[in-house]
Amino acid sequence: MTDQDGPQYQQLLARKVEVVNVGLEGFVKDLRDCGIDVVHVDWKPSAGGDPQMAALLAKLGV
Amino acid sequence: MNVVVLNEVRKGFYLDSVALMRLSREVAGSPGVIEAALMMGTPSNAAIMRNAGLLEEGTAVKGNDLVIAVKAESETAAREALDNAIKSLDKPKSQGEAQSAWRPHSIAAAVKNRPEINLALISVPGEFAAAEARKALNRGLHVLMFSDNVSLEDELSLKQQARAAGLLMMGPDCGTAVIGGAPLAFANKLMRGRIGIVGASGTGTQEVSCLISEAGAGISHAIGVGGRDLKKDIGGITTLMAIDAFDSDPETDHVVLISKPPHPDVAKSVLQRIGKSKKSFTVCFIGASEVELPPNARFSPTLKGAAELALGHQKIGAGFDANAVASRIPRNGRGGIEGLFAGGTLCAEAQVILAAAGRKVASNAAIPGVLKLGVEPNDGRDRLIDLGDDEYTRGRPHPMIDPSVRDEALRAALKNRDLSVVLLDLVLGYGAHADPAEHLTRIVADRGRDAPALIASVVGTEQDPQGRSAQVRKLEQAGILVAPSNAQACELAVAIVQNAGR
Amino acid sequence: MKLIEDANQQALERILEGEPRLIDIVPARELIPGLRERMILHAGPPISWNRMCGPMRGAVAGAIVFEGWAQDLPTATKLAAGGEIEFHPNHHFGAVGPMTGMTTMSMPLFVVENARFGNRAYCAINEGLGKVMRFGGNDASVLKRLAWLRDVFGPTLGKAIRAAGGIDLKSIVARGLSMGDELHQRNLACSSVFLREIAPWMARTSTDNAVLAECLAFIGQNDQFFLNIAMAMGKAITDPANGIRGSTIVTAMCRNGTDFGIRVSGLGEQWFTAPVEMPEGLYFAGYSEKDANPDMGDSAIVETIGLGGFAMAAAPAVAGFVGAGAPSEAGNFTRSMGEITAAQNPEWTIAAMDFAGVPTGIDIRLVVDSGVVPVINTGIAHREPGIGQVGAGVVKAPLACFQQAIVAIAKDLGVS
Repeated sequence: MTDQDGPQYQQLLARKVEVVNVGLEGFVKDLRDCGIDVVHVDWKPSAGGDPQMAALLAKLGV
Repeated sequence: MNVVVLNEVRKGFYLDSVALMRLSREVAGSPGVIEAALMMGTPSNAAIMRNAGLLEEGTAVKGNDLVIAVKAESETAAREALDNAIKSLDKPKSQGEAQSAWRPHSIAAAVKNRPEINLALISVPGEFAAAEARKALNRGLHVLMFSDNVSLEDELSLKQQARAAGLLMMGPDCGTAVIGGAPLAFANKLMRGRIGIVGASGTGTQEVSCLISEAGAGISHAIGVGGRDLKKDIGGITTLMAIDAFDSDPETDHVVLISKPPHPDVAKSVLQRIGKSKKSFTVCFIGASEVELPPNARFSPTLKGAAELALGHQKIGAGFDANAVASRIPRNGRGGIEGLFAGGTLCAEAQVILAAAGRKVASNAAIPGVLKLGVEPNDGRDRLIDLGDDEYTRGRPHPMIDPSVRDEALRAALKNRDLSVVLLDLVLGYGAHADPAEHLTRIVADRGRDAPALIASVVGTEQDPQGRSAQVRKLEQAGILVAPSNAQACELAVAIVQNAGR
Repeated sequence: MKLIEDANQQALERILEGEPRLIDIVPARELIPGLRERMILHAGPPISWNRMCGPMRGAVAGAIVFEGWAQDLPTATKLAAGGEIEFHPNHHFGAVGPMTGMTTMSMPLFVVENARFGNRAYCAINEGLGKVMRFGGNDASVLKRLAWLRDVFGPTLGKAIRAAGGIDLKSIVARGLSMGDELHQRNLACSSVFLREIAPWMARTSTDNAVLAECLAFIGQNDQFFLNIAMAMGKAITDPANGIRGSTIVTAMCRNGTDFGIRVSGLGEQWFTAPVEMPEGLYFAGYSEKDANPDMGDSAIVETIGLGGFAMAAAPAVAGFVGAGAPSEAGNFTRSMGEITAAQNPEWTIAAMDFAGVPTGIDIRLVVDSGVVPVINTGIAHREPGIGQVGAGVVKAPLACFQQAIVAIAKDLGVS
């Protein structure tokens, strides 16, 4: 991911998008129907939904 | 009446909220059930259920627990509904889920398996969304955050982190984007072309992109920035980066910027940046008076106007004559307009147009100069309601996904004999309801002969999964007047009430 | 956090750079300073007699009789219950043991040396299937076999290993993975490859053909023979990675039939424990969940280095055997474990996963974040002492151990 052609966000428009979908599963089918590769994450709240633990993990760099 | 409340808590059972809402509705429809909810037990959801009187005394819930709550007229009805809910939860999942055998549980694992991934589409509940976005940015992914209810501090720090890493942070509360034809979140199937869009508003971006696409031109990319990007606190970080990106994009000739009127300082820096661009711009600050623009930019206070400028002054819906249509509507001597909008920006545009026509307007999502509903009495004013606003969507799907959010208000409006006109919008495209016209026509089918006139606009394209013309036909067959754009629907509403009053 | 990332990098390098070699078999008392009379090392984190499960108590009684500290099992039980026996975890003495994990002074132990770091780790010899002490068995047949291992088999095999100049273990594991072993519930290939390497040396060093034949047959008839060697290997590999400040990499997982315990590199010798879970799996005919004991053993050390449940994809048949789903789904276990580990081991690869390395280096942050816990392939013991194995299955490491460790490491690093 080096930036020979400017920052990555400028290249986003030139490249094919490949998506990781976190949340509503309905978005996956729409993207696939348009020929976009998507990986759907079987998401659960971080640390089982325990906000204190999640905050601690964020600080420890998950 | 005897009211029985029953709860069941499933520990560590996660289902996404859309699936749960569908189940909630199913259960709520069972005989004898007054209300029902299946929700993850986050603090905010627990509060909702407690307020709805759906939590039994002593039911303790945590964020990772699924709560099934039923309020019914009898113990038997409650028990039966609860059992059915549990059965639905436990029944074997559809083949779709079985097909893709393994799914990563985290963004990290997804990226490890597919290093080609370059964008994360995040739509988890707001309280968890910032953490997920941070993980995505840490792994070098651009982010589109559909989730709302994210704090301003989190938004700022995420956007700063993204900018430092050269990544685009779209959202939070970014309803739509189209990158290289990929519809992200709610988006329409658009013709590809040479007009780019930077949108701080989801439905605004959808309306402009669809009007352009249906007029025969096309969209290169539409970048969403989130509703608060142009506030002073955020300073337009993503907007400025999006302009950079379009500036160096060989596929784009012209860029439309759509937003509520920004903070003056932010507007200044954004317009300065536009002034340095090689491309031409249309600036649409909805409801703003004319702003001082660099020579390569032109201004429109409405979405339709912005689309027309981007198209090089081509008229949208050129054959449509609001006065001619209005003259065919029987006069009923009333004068009120009520707008029931799924699209927040469409509601804002309606306020602009009605106010400009001299109407006295009130709204729950009032733009500057419009009365905020609920603050003081709004006797005699036109009411324009944004049904996508938090007060309607907390714990419920957005009206674009589930138009039934509008049903109650619509039924009441149809019986309101002070109204001449009820204004509606239908939003099509990916992510939206599969057949909103069908839903709407069912609700209005049994309206009285003297019910107010119904005017709708349809945001969408012919290529959308719902097909724009098929939806329009359904509405027209149900006696609903369909305008080519939201702005023209509003003009028609004004023409009808003026006609009625004459 | 850079400190954590750097520490984890170092811990991983140490795990991956290990060069484990089986170098000897030696009686425990000669290997472990401080291992005295009336002292028993057991599997899992520390535990006192009154909290021990049935099989553990049965094994303890058997071990006491085996060492001659009591004449019979009832006396032995009284001795243990009366506080006359000192109990310590194997892990505190550089050792590991499967299931009940009994280690006492006269038992012969495999010696695995990590040539890269110079440390050693020990494990008793696998007794085979059926009635055995590791499942709480303690009758005469059990003790007789232990005596034979001590007096005949241990010395015979030890001589051969020394004559061979030690046996490199990493390459045996690499071959075993390609032949359908995951090194926890299936060790058939590794046991066979080991036998192929050691047999000539046993022949060269043996002076009695009848004994030689008996010893070769013992290895040849025990599909799980290599497990205990792999366990000592696991301990020898992870020990050098322990005690790196800030590292969130797990260096040991074990259970004693009551508690599950983990150690984390950055937290050194400290145990983080939680009640152990029941294995889920398949039962031998005539047995069911009712008979099962909660999970036991230091054997989860193999999962700690990326084998066992982590390498399920290498052993699709095991997935069926332990009731973990269809063999075709074995890869999902390995992929899931890939989500909670920091790296893959490039030397131990799985053909069915396009030669991806086994997922290695469990990061407690990833476990707690995702809620995905390590899966361990395990044997299921009868809950009554003396009956033995009644099934096999998978058990999940309890999340609470990892949560406690997160809190502890955050505290150590001054993060709150």
